[in-house]
Amino acid sequence: MSSASQDRVNDFVIKIATVNGTGSASANALLMKSIFRSGIPVMGKNYFPSNIQGLPTWYEIRVSRDGYVARAGHVDIMVAMNAETYGKDLREVAAGGYLIYDSTWARPALLKREDVTVIGVPLAQMCNEHFSGVRTRILMKNICYAGVLAALLDIDLGVIRELLAETYAKKPQLVESNMKAIQLGYDYAREHYRCPLPLRTGKMDRTAGHIMIDGNTAAGLGCVFAGATVAGWYPITPSTSVMDSFKSFADKWRVDPETGKKNFAFIQAEDELAAIGMVIGASWNGARAFTATSGPGISLMNEFLGLAYYAEIPSVIFDVQRVGPSTGMPTRTQQCDLLECAYASHGDTRHVCLYPANPEECFYMAAQAFDLAERLQTPVMVLLDLDIGMNDWMCRDLKWDEAYRPDRGKVLSLEEVVKLEKFHRYLDKDEDGIPYRTLPGVHPKAAYFTRGSGHTQYGTYTEDSGEYQLVVDRLVRKFHTARRLVPKAIIEPAATKTDIGIVSIGSCDGAVREALDVLRTRAVAADYMRVRAFPFGEEVERFLAEHRLIFVVEQNRDAQLRSLLTLETEVEKSRLRSLLHYSGLPISSSFIVSGVLAEVWPGGDRVKLVPSAAVAGH
Amino acid sequence: MTFIPKPKVRHPSLPKNDLGFTRRDYEGALTTLCAGCGHDSITAALIEACWGLSLEPQNVVKLSGIGCSSKTTAYFVSGGHGFNAVHGRMPSIATGANAANRELHYIGISGDGDTLSIGLGQFCHAIRRNVNMLYLIENNGVYGLTKGQFSASADIGTRAKKGDVNQQAPIDPVQLAMTLGAGFVARSFSGDKEQLVPLIKAGLRHQGFALIDVLSPCVTFNDHEGSTKSYAYTREHYEPAVQADFIPFEREIKADYAEGEALPIVLHDGSRIVLRKIDQGYDPTDRIAAAAHIQERLKANEFLTGLLYVEPGQREFHEVNGTPAGPLNRVPYEKLSPGSKGLEKIISRYR
Ligand SMILES: Cc1ncc(C[n+]2csc(CCOP(=O)(O)OP(=O)(O)O)c2C)c(N)n1
Ligand code: SF4
Ligand SMILES: [Mg+2]
Repeated sequence: MSSASQDRVNDFVIKIATVNGTGSASANALLMKSIFRSGIPVMGKNYFPSNIQGLPTWYEIRVSRDGYVARAGHVDIMVAMNAETYGKDLREVAAGGYLIYDSTWARPALLKREDVTVIGVPLAQMCNEHFSGVRTRILMKNICYAGVLAALLDIDLGVIRELLAETYAKKPQLVESNMKAIQLGYDYAREHYRCPLPLRTGKMDRTAGHIMIDGNTAAGLGCVFAGATVAGWYPITPSTSVMDSFKSFADKWRVDPETGKKNFAFIQAEDELAAIGMVIGASWNGARAFTATSGPGISLMNEFLGLAYYAEIPSVIFDVQRVGPSTGMPTRTQQCDLLECAYASHGDTRHVCLYPANPEECFYMAAQAFDLAERLQTPVMVLLDLDIGMNDWMCRDLKWDEAYRPDRGKVLSLEEVVKLEKFHRYLDKDEDGIPYRTLPGVHPKAAYFTRGSGHTQYGTYTEDSGEYQLVVDRLVRKFHTARRLVPKAIIEPAATKTDIGIVSIGSCDGAVREALDVLRTRAVAADYMRVRAFPFGEEVERFLAEHRLIFVVEQNRDAQLRSLLTLETEVEKSRLRSLLHYSGLPISSSFIVSGVLAEVWPGGDRVKLVPSAAVAGH
Repeated sequence: MTFIPKPKVRHPSLPKNDLGFTRRDYEGALTTLCAGCGHDSITAALIEACWGLSLEPQNVVKLSGIGCSSKTTAYFVSGGHGFNAVHGRMPSIATGANAANRELHYIGISGDGDTLSIGLGQFCHAIRRNVNMLYLIENNGVYGLTKGQFSASADIGTRAKKGDVNQQAPIDPVQLAMTLGAGFVARSFSGDKEQLVPLIKAGLRHQGFALIDVLSPCVTFNDHEGSTKSYAYTREHYEPAVQADFIPFEREIKADYAEGEALPIVLHDGSRIVLRKIDQGYDPTDRIAAAAHIQERLKANEFLTGLLYVEPGQREFHEVNGTPAGPLNRVPYEKLSPGSKGLEKIISRYR
């Protein structure tokens, strides 16, 4: 952790402590966007309670000239707007850091730290003097601290004005009032404190060709581009905004200009049991359909997922993971549904899972999920987590290939059906484990009976052991085919040869990459593999075979990725060391660095002989 | 158990419908239900109705949950796709399927266990959404497939085969559907094909959710003395018998029976079910009066049957959702994607 007192341009963390429901979100977004617009890589993370109004909430902005996207694990500037959490917030500030507070009221006596510079601004007082109306005053108080930070950090007011003008394009009077609040804070800070601070921003050009977007929005957008027409869902944090995103984009882009009709059906279900049923029913009937949920919803969907697996019905499910078990901490992040999704449902089931690491991948993988589901005729689960889904990430511009057409898989057309002597639903004609299917309404000859009970390869009911086994054995072959079709793991070898590997998944990616850079400065080299899908491809098997010591970095208590790797590959358990982060906050690079250094002597290849109990496998 | 395909012997003299199909063309696999099960008679009525309406077999979609009753979907219209879903959750499959393609005929078959216990929520919500489908409950008061436990439609005081007497109030799907706003609510009896066939036809023609609760005795677990859902009803094979054309509900109400006449179903063991044909004072278009009437008769242990409530002109699921006139699953991809130019526009908001 670097000391906050050094002159650090574009490399620091701001944390804003407020109260839920006071409208601080727009001030925080404005602040972050203005840094982003200045060409500086930035990341915003929201730590919010499961509450609508009144509980403490924090927003963390990491400004990183190097483009690091993970949680930094320290705070340089704390904006303490919540009296209730003052003490805790102050304690969190790194030595040499700053605390900004509303000096309208006296500070509690306990707020004393010699190594933190305190900056008081009478935010409430100024806003009370310049604005009327309780609600307006509260909102403007937030905008006002953004103005204070603009002065302290040297953010261009022109950029802020431009952003406000875009946001309130239809309400120009709001641009003026917001700008007034900004100016109040800005002027006060410049009058009373030395601006800018040694921690400050300076224009860069590292954000061109990039956007700031959250993963849920990107995933919902991906579903629009994939051509999904039926969405069935039940609200649950942190997945709800996937559906909100789909609906708002569909409302805009899916309404037929001539007829005014909507080329999509958006159905809020009575529960997740129904949501997944709707998805399966619609997919069975030839529409691209999806749902989004979180862990509790996946639990409810289990029975239907087994049916879809066994009856071979495409379906796409987004699981935006949150802290479990049970209701857990609904607004905190974790990667705790890896096993639940991979093996969802009773009986022998294994499901195709995709693991995006950022919003950009959410967008592309959303579309890919539909192609895979229809190609493989099986449920495909896309596992995001709250960190990816609900936080704003800087990522490359999303692009769409005009030539893309959905892969509808092996669906027989009327012409093909007519030519058949007889249609058999579950025959493996192509020896890839994938049978042919037909859609209702095509032709009487195409009709078949879909059932979750024993069926033969011809699609008829059976209780015959041999006939039953033929079908489930073919499903294994289909799963092997899936191995070839799913996105490959991304493997990045170290600059120097090493037999140490790091394996991770999803939103750990940013922290791992940053950790690799830090480890390199400590003379530890490690090859890196990020798995992107289940089943694991050959490259995963190879990577595991080629490394003597492998750190598996993931965000759950029970080492679920490590379990999956040991279950589904040939790797010996003893070579896999878990680095498990499961506090509910996103993982930071320092956690990984210290975990690795606890096992590996600096210098790289001399591995400590006694594995430490804390990180040994489960 | 495997199915022996039923030979489709076509006799030239068999009557044909408008499409040139005989009733045989609307049959399905051979039943595996107990000989005499009420559900099989309903199958026969379904075949008769689909044939009578000259439905294109491939346009018939048959959906069900789990139970003896839910097996029915395999036993009629083999030319239409069938879907045996999970227990109690056929309504969500039907909702999704219907959302994808509004042009087909959706027939949901369920049991009293399937609908009134595990599937009660989905049943209610399919009604609320007014999914355009025929929803037929084969109601025998027990869980047949799991060997005779009481279902939620068991009446107070009815005795199970093993001797237990039910003490809990039943859930009546007809009254429930009426309070939920269903636009087509009927009750019938598996042994009364003359009444049932036109009801099925009418239900298939109704735009929106059509419920038919069909009393369908379980000869194996609920056909003994002391049961209020028993009926010694055995039919080894069905014979194409009465031919009833689709009769619009106005006439249907008065058809075949003298007005106000109660039709007592004489159960083989002498227990009492009284099926009452609709009397003159009954107005099946007045939801509140009709509901009161049904309830009154139930108190007297009489099941009113027939088309009990109908409200044509309700807006069904697709109308409410503003989807296109054609099936969603046939909208060309070009109309679904905003394209690369569209994406550029979309992401400009995120800079
Ligand atoms: C989740 C689940 N729980 C329990 C069962 C067992 N089960 C199968 S059929 C059935 C009851 C069926 O009763 P009903 O719907 O009345 O049909 P019937 O057999 O009487 O026609 C039950 C409980 C199941 N298949 N799935
Ligand atoms: S157990 Fe009852 S419901 Fe099931 S098939 Fe036999 S008679 Fe019909
Ligand atoms: Mg039953």
